[in-house]
Amino acid sequence: MSMHEQPTSFAFTPEYLAKANIIIARYPQGRQQSAVMPLLDLAQRQEGWVSTAAIETIAAMLDMAPIRVQEVATFYTMYNHQPMGKHHVQVCTNICCQLTGSDGIVDSLKFALGVEFGDTSKDGLFTLSEVECLGACANAPMMQIDDDYYEDLTPESARAIIDAFRQGQTPKPGPQNGRINSAPEGGPTTLTTLSFSSEKA
Amino acid sequence: MPKLTIDGREIEVEAGTTIIQAAELLGIEIPRFCYHERLAIAGNCRMCLVEVEKMPKPVASCAMPINEGMVVKTNTPTVKNARQGVMEFLLLNHPLDCPICDQGGECDLQDQAMAYGKDHSRCDEQKRAVDKKNFGPLIETAMTRCIQCTRCVRFANEIAGAPELGALGRGEHMEITTYLNQALDSELSGNLIDLCPVGALTNKPASFTYRSWELKSTESVDAMDALGSAIRIDTRGNQVIRILPRVNDDVNEEWLSDRSRFACDGLSLQRLDKPYVRRDGKLAATTWSDALSVLAAKVKSSMTGRMAFIAGDHSDAETLVAAKDLAAAMGTTHLDCRQDGAALEAGLRASYLFNSTIAGIEHADALLIVGSNPRIEAAVFNARVRKRWLTGKLKVAVIGPKVDLTYKYEWLGDNPSILADIAAGTHPFAATLKAAANPALILGQGAVARTDGSAVLGLARKVADTTGMVKDGWNGFNVLHTAASRVGALDLGFVPGTGGKNVAEIVAAAGKGELDVLFLLGADEIDISGLGSTFVVYIGSHGDFGAHRADVVLPGAAYTEKNATFVNTEGRVQRTRLATFPPGEAKEDWKVVAAVAEALGKALPYTTLSQVRERLSAVNPVFAQIDMVAPASWGTFGQDGSVLPQPLTSTIKTFYAVDPISRSSKTMAQCQAAFGEDQCQRKTGTHG
Repeated sequence: MSMHEQPTSFAFTPEYLAKANIIIARYPQGRQQSAVMPLLDLAQRQEGWVSTAAIETIAAMLDMAPIRVQEVATFYTMYNHQPMGKHHVQVCTNICCQLTGSDGIVDSLKFALGVEFGDTSKDGLFTLSEVECLGACANAPMMQIDDDYYEDLTPESARAIIDAFRQGQTPKPGPQNGRINSAPEGGPTTLTTLSFSSEKA
Repeated sequence: MPKLTIDGREIEVEAGTTIIQAAELLGIEIPRFCYHERLAIAGNCRMCLVEVEKMPKPVASCAMPINEGMVVKTNTPTVKNARQGVMEFLLLNHPLDCPICDQGGECDLQDQAMAYGKDHSRCDEQKRAVDKKNFGPLIETAMTRCIQCTRCVRFANEIAGAPELGALGRGEHMEITTYLNQALDSELSGNLIDLCPVGALTNKPASFTYRSWELKSTESVDAMDALGSAIRIDTRGNQVIRILPRVNDDVNEEWLSDRSRFACDGLSLQRLDKPYVRRDGKLAATTWSDALSVLAAKVKSSMTGRMAFIAGDHSDAETLVAAKDLAAAMGTTHLDCRQDGAALEAGLRASYLFNSTIAGIEHADALLIVGSNPRIEAAVFNARVRKRWLTGKLKVAVIGPKVDLTYKYEWLGDNPSILADIAAGTHPFAATLKAAANPALILGQGAVARTDGSAVLGLARKVADTTGMVKDGWNGFNVLHTAASRVGALDLGFVPGTGGKNVAEIVAAAGKGELDVLFLLGADEIDISGLGSTFVVYIGSHGDFGAHRADVVLPGAAYTEKNATFVNTEGRVQRTRLATFPPGEAKEDWKVVAAVAEALGKALPYTTLSQVRERLSAVNPVFAQIDMVAPASWGTFGQDGSVLPQPLTSTIKTFYAVDPISRSSKTMAQCQAAFGEDQCQRKTGTHG
């Protein structure tokens, strides 16, 4: 694990500290260590990544050895260990996405952001990552930006999403080609005689 | 108790036993890497796979508790295949550098690959390479060789109580490392080398200096602290290459402290290999006959009773009895073994022994530590306290230095008057002790090596009496010694006789010119500069403080170079064995004392080792019982009196330099540089 420049200190903001205390209180006395993963997540939401200082702060809050927290933080790939852009763009290149054209999505994103995988764009807004399957194969190809999935992408729609984020908007998550959730494209292919009043398709 | 069958042999074992343990009872060998009987079960190496009837897949025998009627097979083709498969995976990323690996020849992976692996590799892919890690000045790392058994992580976490090791990353990218790559700060770190089943963690001071098959092993006993841990001294020629622990469940289980293990380079540095005589202010090498005649001339010109003996911390019982007999023959009663001035009395054995025994501390449920930092005074014993504490059945309180002991304790303060409160029952911890089934107390040398030491000793005895520490089958009054020689010396009565002076009085008398001749038996911890113009005779192994001041230096043997008797802090009589010969013209210390006696015309009535040992048994019958601990009878000792408010502290300031051998050791000097001078001041951790 490479070491990046580490901040000398870390402290939860009052809002995050309040959330952290609620999480810690969920576990019985002496079992506070169970809160390590949500607390690491809170730290990452606050700072964008998990620094050594954050690890030590959490270790002290949960009465753990710092190495135990670091073990957890390095085991899970979703904890970042280096400073990140404002938005984390994670594009899936696993088999279903690749078969449906993730290579084109990747090229489009790299071109739009001007970065390679693992890098942060010059304006500090985006960090691009290549990830393994995110479990949305029915809507491949897809990418995750922050907490939301953007699915059924084309190189153009991916580009448009990036542009929207750049302008400070949050585009609507989900399929970008008009389909509803994971329903078949162009409408249902089975149970076509049934109709549900509240549904349009 | 459930019954099971392993390879057609039936065995009845306790519920909760695992298959691998049951197989071990039957003498059936199951290969393993991650499983270790003294560590928590991890089950991650998969080498111990066996077949169990009615189970669809091979199971890891180390993690599978037995069931009634289980039928286990360890010798089927399926098991053979499974082991070969696991071995193939383990070797996928293991480098083939056995010829340059220090573990080569004593490597579990090497041996088990021969026994259970395939005869060839099918791997032609790249192997992964992992950066070296910093485990401190004692442990060399080659992490590419690591098979991630996590024994080291579990040892650091559970036994050593230094949770600084961890496995970062996952899958193929998992790496064992210390937190932020800092040196591992533990007094027991050397045990990681023994635990590591491959060559990932090896002995740094000895790296690339030996091949395991070149070494000759001698089973002996450690004298670097007062525990008397069982050791194996590995030598090549006349050089001690390394020291390893042996299993002795009564004392050290299978651990050894870093000082006992790594100070061995000090055995060949700063050695006194010739007699020396001070001429014109300078020590000059000379012959035995010259040194003895100079000494004899000086003694003959001195007056009766103006001669004194101080025994050091490494003196063996044979030397002590010879010196005591010489003192008696010379008509002096000025002899003492308590270099630190400990107010322990020689009469009643229970007053200076670790009565509960070291293993017995695992039955204690309340423990009061007084004036001691067991972590640096007896690191292996401290691991035993931690082991008991981890079960949740031991409450610990400390009166003394507030330091990280690797377990949590209630700090009562460092004023000895707290003892009086506990004895009087007015302190809350008195109730805890009284409520305990097996209450215990550890009295460190820091508690008795004070001007009011006798009063502190008396108070500690009162605490023991009033809280029910002494009863049938249990004596929780424990004195933790720091010097290997001390209990033996007290057993022999190597203390001032009638009208005799103790160490402080001897030094004062020497300073005032009231003493003609002072014999130092490896005694270096006294105030050497205050000896005035007294004629000092130093009998010992190292050119340390004492030898530098001496007028005559007679070279002796270190504990690895003699067949000698030591009594550990429990009162266990144990014998070291000669592993190498004393360097140059040095001789076993008791023979030196005998030669001195002869030169003085007071020849001792014994000339062979067995005769000295007969004399030992005659002076105190305990010396006839080797490796046994007999319960000592209780009595009254210590004095009534008020105690001073000076804080109780440990007598040892730094773990790595406490005696001539460790002070001479370069390895210990490196440790001290890495871990700091004053470990007594180490902060309390919150991660006990």
